[in-house]
Parts: sequence; C-alpha cells; structure tokens
Amino acid sequence: MSHQSTYEPKTGIERWMDQRLPIIRMAADFSTFPTPRNLNYMWTFGGILTICLMIQIITGIVLAMHYVPSASEAFDSVERIRRDVNYGWLIRNVHMVGASMFFFAVYLHLFRGLYYGSYRAPREVLWILGVLILLVMIMTAFMGYSLVWGQMSFWAVTVITNLFSSIDSVIPGLGTSIVQWIWGGYSVSGTTLNRLFSLHYLLPFVIAGLVVLHIWALHVPGNNNPTGLDVKSSSDTLPFHPYYTVKDGFAIAVFMLLFMWFVFFAPDYLGHPDNYVEANPLATPPHIVPEWYFLPFYAILRAIPSKLGGVVMMISAIVILAFAPWLDSSLVRSTKYRPIYRWFFWLFVVTCIALGYLGSKPAEGHYVMWARIFTAYYFAHFLLVMPIVGIIETPRSMPRSITESVLGNAAHKSGAGSPSGATAAPEKR
Amino acid sequence: MKTFLTHRLAPAARLATRLLAVSILAMPFVGGFAHAAGDAIKIERQSWTFGGLNGHFDRAQLQRGFMVYQKVCADCHGLKRIKFRNLSQKGGPEFSEAEIQSLAATFKIQDGPNDAGKMFQRPGKPFDAFPSPFANEQQARASNGGAYPPDLSVIAKGRGVSTNAPVYLEPFLWLKEIVMGYQEGGPDYLYALLTGYVAVPSYAKKGDKLVKLPPGETAPGAVQCASVETVDGKDVCTPLQKGMQYNAAFPGHQIAMVAPLADKRVKYTDGTPPTLENYARDVTAFLAWASDPSLEHRKRLGQQVLIYLLITALLLYLAKRRVWARVEH
Repeated sequence: MSHQSTYEPKTGIERWMDQRLPIIRMAADFSTFPTPRNLNYMWTFGGILTICLMIQIITGIVLAMHYVPSASEAFDSVERIRRDVNYGWLIRNVHMVGASMFFFAVYLHLFRGLYYGSYRAPREVLWILGVLILLVMIMTAFMGYSLVWGQMSFWAVTVITNLFSSIDSVIPGLGTSIVQWIWGGYSVSGTTLNRLFSLHYLLPFVIAGLVVLHIWALHVPGNNNPTGLDVKSSSDTLPFHPYYTVKDGFAIAVFMLLFMWFVFFAPDYLGHPDNYVEANPLATPPHIVPEWYFLPFYAILRAIPSKLGGVVMMISAIVILAFAPWLDSSLVRSTKYRPIYRWFFWLFVVTCIALGYLGSKPAEGHYVMWARIFTAYYFAHFLLVMPIVGIIETPRSMPRSITESVLGNAAHKSGAGSPSGATAAPEKR
Repeated sequence: MKTFLTHRLAPAARLATRLLAVSILAMPFVGGFAHAAGDAIKIERQSWTFGGLNGHFDRAQLQRGFMVYQKVCADCHGLKRIKFRNLSQKGGPEFSEAEIQSLAATFKIQDGPNDAGKMFQRPGKPFDAFPSPFANEQQARASNGGAYPPDLSVIAKGRGVSTNAPVYLEPFLWLKEIVMGYQEGGPDYLYALLTGYVAVPSYAKKGDKLVKLPPGETAPGAVQCASVETVDGKDVCTPLQKGMQYNAAFPGHQIAMVAPLADKRVKYTDGTPPTLENYARDVTAFLAWASDPSLEHRKRLGQQVLIYLLITALLLYLAKRRVWARVEH
C-alpha cells in the first residue's frame, strides 16, 4: 500500500487481529485511500466490473447445479433450466446477458485507460494485468457459450479449435495433434464439451485472482485521473470513502438499469437465434458468427488471407495492448492535452466498431477489403501512431495540478482549495 | 441548477457531439457496405399482444393456436419440451385441470419396464411430455420424402429476422428494437412462412438479366424461378425442384413442407373467422408461448425491478450530491 496507513486499532480484538492478519487495517486503508478528486464517471467501471464478475460467478454456480455437460443432455438441460427450475429462466438470462454486459464494461474501461494514458509509467504492471484479465475473460466467455450446445455453440467450437491446425503449415502434423488433443477425439464431441465445462468453471476464479493483483497494483501508484497529472499534494485527493463509494454506487445502479433492461425485456437480443437449435454436427449454419464482443477479433482473423497469419494477427490484436506503455512516446499522459493524437484515438474507436460490424458480415466482396483496411489501421495505431504522434505534437497547456484543474487558476492562488478534502473541510449542509 | 447544467450536462453534451462527429466522419467508410447486402428476404413485422414491455398472451388465441397445432402441425412436428400440465399453467393457454387430464388421457405413453421386465403402454398423465409423432429422425425422414420436420418446442426462438437496413441506419434500428424490447423476430418469421405459400414468380429475360414480373403476369419466353443468383454479371435461374414448394419467406424459397394451412381447415368455435391468416397468427402465438412459457412473469417482474432500480439510482444520486457538496468539484 503506497499511502501511509492511518488506521489505529481501537478495541482489543482489533489489536489482536492487527498483529496476526492485518485484514481490518487493509479494509480501513482501502476506505481512506487517497483518490484524485477529479475522477469522472469513466472511472466507475472498475467497481461495475467487480459487480459483473460477482454476478457471473454466483449465477454460474447455481446454473452448474442444474446443467449437464454431455452432448446428448446439454441442450435439454438448458431448456429444463429455462422451463422447470424455479426462476431458472431469470438466473440463466442474467448469466447470458451478464457476459455481454461484462464485455461492454470492460471495453469502456479499456478505452478509458487508452484515452487518459492510464497504461503509462508507473502503471505498466497494472495495465498488463488488465490485458491478462481480458485474455482469460475471452477464453471463459468462449467456453461458456459452447456449453449451450446449440448450433452456434457447436460450430464456434469447431471453427475456433480448428484454428490450431494452422500450426501444420509450420510443423506438419503438430497442429492436427494439438486439435485432437483439445477435442479428446477426432471431432468436437461430448468429451470436448465436458472439458470446456470444467475449464469454464475454473477460469472465473483465475480472473478473480488476477483482479486481486490488478487492485493491488492499482493501490501502489494510485489512480490515474483525467488530467494525467501525478498527485502532488493532499488537496489533490479525497478519501475513497465516502466520495467514490457513493459515486461508484450511483454508477452501478445506472449500469444495473441497462443490465436488467436486457435481462427482462430483450434477453435474446444480443444472441443468435441459431443457438436455440440443438447442435447438429451434420448441418453447418449458413453464417457462423461469434457473439458481438468477439466480432472485431473475428474480422481480423478473416481479413488475413493465410489461416496461420489470421490466427497470429487475432492473438496479436490483444497482446499488442500490453506493449502500449512502451509504444507511446508522448510527454503527457492524458489525450485531453494532445491535439493531434485525440483524432487518432477516435479513429481507433471507429476502427474497432467498424471491425465489429465487418465481423458480423460474410467474408466476401467489399467486406473483406474494408476489414483489411481497418485491420491495418488497428495495428498501425499502436506501431506507428503511438510512437510518431507523441514526438511531433506539442501538447496543449496543462493545469499545474489536479487541484488547479478542478478549482481553476485563481482559486488555486487564493488557496480556496481546502487542504485535505473532506476530512478537513467543514461540512456544508 | 446552473451548476448542474454546466457541470453535469456539458461534458455529456461534449461527448455526444464528439460521437456524432466521429460517426459522420465514419459514414463514407461504411456507406459502401450498404449495397453488398444482397437480396435478403424481407419479413414483415406483425403486431403481437406479447410484444413490448407490457406484453401478455391472449388466452383465447393460445387456445385456438393449440387447436391448430394439434389438428394440423402435430401430424409431423413434435413438441417434446412441453408437458401437458404446462397447458394449464399461469401465463399460458390456461386450460382447466380437468381439460388437461382428459387431453393427456387421449395419448398413449410408453412406460416401463414393469415387474415382468416388459415395456407397456398407458394413457397419458398431466406430467407427461407430448409424445413425438416419429420414433426417431430416420423414421421422420422416411415418412416425409427425406425432409425432417423439426420439433416445435423452441422454434419461435430458433428463428429470427434481420433488419436488412443500410449500415448507417442499422445502429438506430438496433437502438429502437432494444428500447421497444423487440424479441418477436421468430414469430414474425413463422407467420411469414405459414402465409408465404404463393405462386412461383415468373421472370422475363432481358439480355443477361432476369426481370421479376408482377404476380399473374406473363411475357413471351418468361421462366419460373424459385430464386435468381447473379454469377459473373449473368443472372442464373434456379427452378423449383420436384417435390419442393415455393415459399416467399423460407431461405432459398424451396421448402419440403406442403402448405399446412388453408381457409376453413380447422373449425373455430369462438366466432373467429377461419382464415389462413388467423390460423397462422394463432398457431404462431401458441408456439411463441411454447418457446418462452415465462414471458408474462418475466415482463411483469421486469417492470418491478426497473422501478426499484430507478428509485435506488435516484437515492444514490441524491446521496452523491450531498456528499460531494462538502468539497468544491
């Protein structure tokens, strides 16, 4: 923990505990953690994502009590959950919509980090842990989708596991061996489903572990903030509680409104009708498309003419994020003060959305050409724009401190900014 | 109030302007995709009582729809995930317990083995599921000219429609559908399919192009095509195969199922006109219920949950303002 602990054990039990496992001290330090006073609502997604993970784990554990991971029973058991389990339809909808909401929030969280330069020193490890969480989330969501054992589930597993066979073009035979090892046979079968279920139950706990590290790595350098400036004095910060607990709380409630809208009024809107048709190894659906949150990566996969090349690029599209701290050459963190880069940032956002759209379309005609153009920009953004723009652009004038950015220049000089935020400020009621 | 406007709404307005600017900038890039959509089939949207945020089933319609299913569809299509008791449950057709008892008893259910190790037949009970008309897929195909009549338990969720809108309109349509709680793509498709048995369209040849003629019209040298595909700038006609029916809504337009419904095919007792459209609408509503028996409960609970969350959000917002009023921000 980077900030000086102000916790003082008051009771005997607290003192006893503090000398053995200072867990009460940790909770107290969390609530007094000095947090920049200027965080906007884009900073509420950390809390929202924690809630998302908890919802997925709790609903998932209940679903696993009723789900049967076998080729002949899986689809039936999902239908039984929808029809015969008490409130099974609700638990299932929450888990299904929850996956989409989790990715929606994680992508906003990620774009916020990119916009305000939260990946830059000294937060590289925090950022890389985030990229790892995204990677494990992708694996978990993919495996979870396969468990429904509908047509899209089955064919998505077939397509994605088959990607490993592209290794055959480097070492003949190795790719095929890996694919058969993953399948546990010569085709996608109940054996495959069973191991996907086992891993789908395991990986969320891996995510939870990574989240602990992510939060630990956050509490060492502290939060970034919209100005990208370092915290310089105590007037730059507020204690996490109550200022950010209440702000996060409000954001979580608003997020839940969106979440529950989908759960109750459009539960299947984000899914594909074909997944309500039981898996059939003999009938390929006309268009195999993944869930919306994988579409940009799917577009990159199909944009590359070689199979191995496509796989490598698709994985690189995520891995390259981890290198952002060293690719960005700018002197300032926040894009707010970067007149040229901000245009490229929004172009990058458009690129990701366009790739998502293209991923949902068949790989033919115009679509392929556009997918290639946007794929090229996706990588150029990291490999060219980030290093070059940082060198050629002159940042806008910046406030001298976080306090000045909030209270303005005059306020800063006259010392109107109360010295240490709430603890010292008299309550205005 | 002034601080609220400047502090809270201004950043939101700025973000909105930026997003708008970005989407306008992006339009020339994505505009090109609009034409590549091909000749997707247009499915007309119907108005259903169970659509929208306050949707509920029409009991009489579900009961009529069940009658159509039983008298027509059940000859070939199973309903294996529905149990007889479901028909008397709340939020469904809500037949009486007695009606369900006697309905179930009309079915022969295989049970066993008994104490002698033999399988035996017994009359159905409310807890039994609808027995499927064929013992297995092979038998079903053998009796249907090679085609497999799918089980209808989740058919209304297993089918859908696409928006087929130009790409720059699509986001607005998605937003509209999400706000309206549109989940009736499957029923819209089923209705279009059941009413989509029309004459095979005729095409007149104009050079390499095939021009669709209005229904009923003919021209010298006209050809009948189930579908037309453009290959290397030349239109290629796919005629209707033997044993197949033309259907306007079915992908590829060639379906093995013979038109199942026609006017006066089933006798209605409640005064509803016995027309093809009414049969199609009623049986589709019944299948929509079969796919989603908890629909009414879901929507009702949803309203309560959203009101609860709205109040929670409001209280948290007020708490947030109060707490943050202690510091300048």
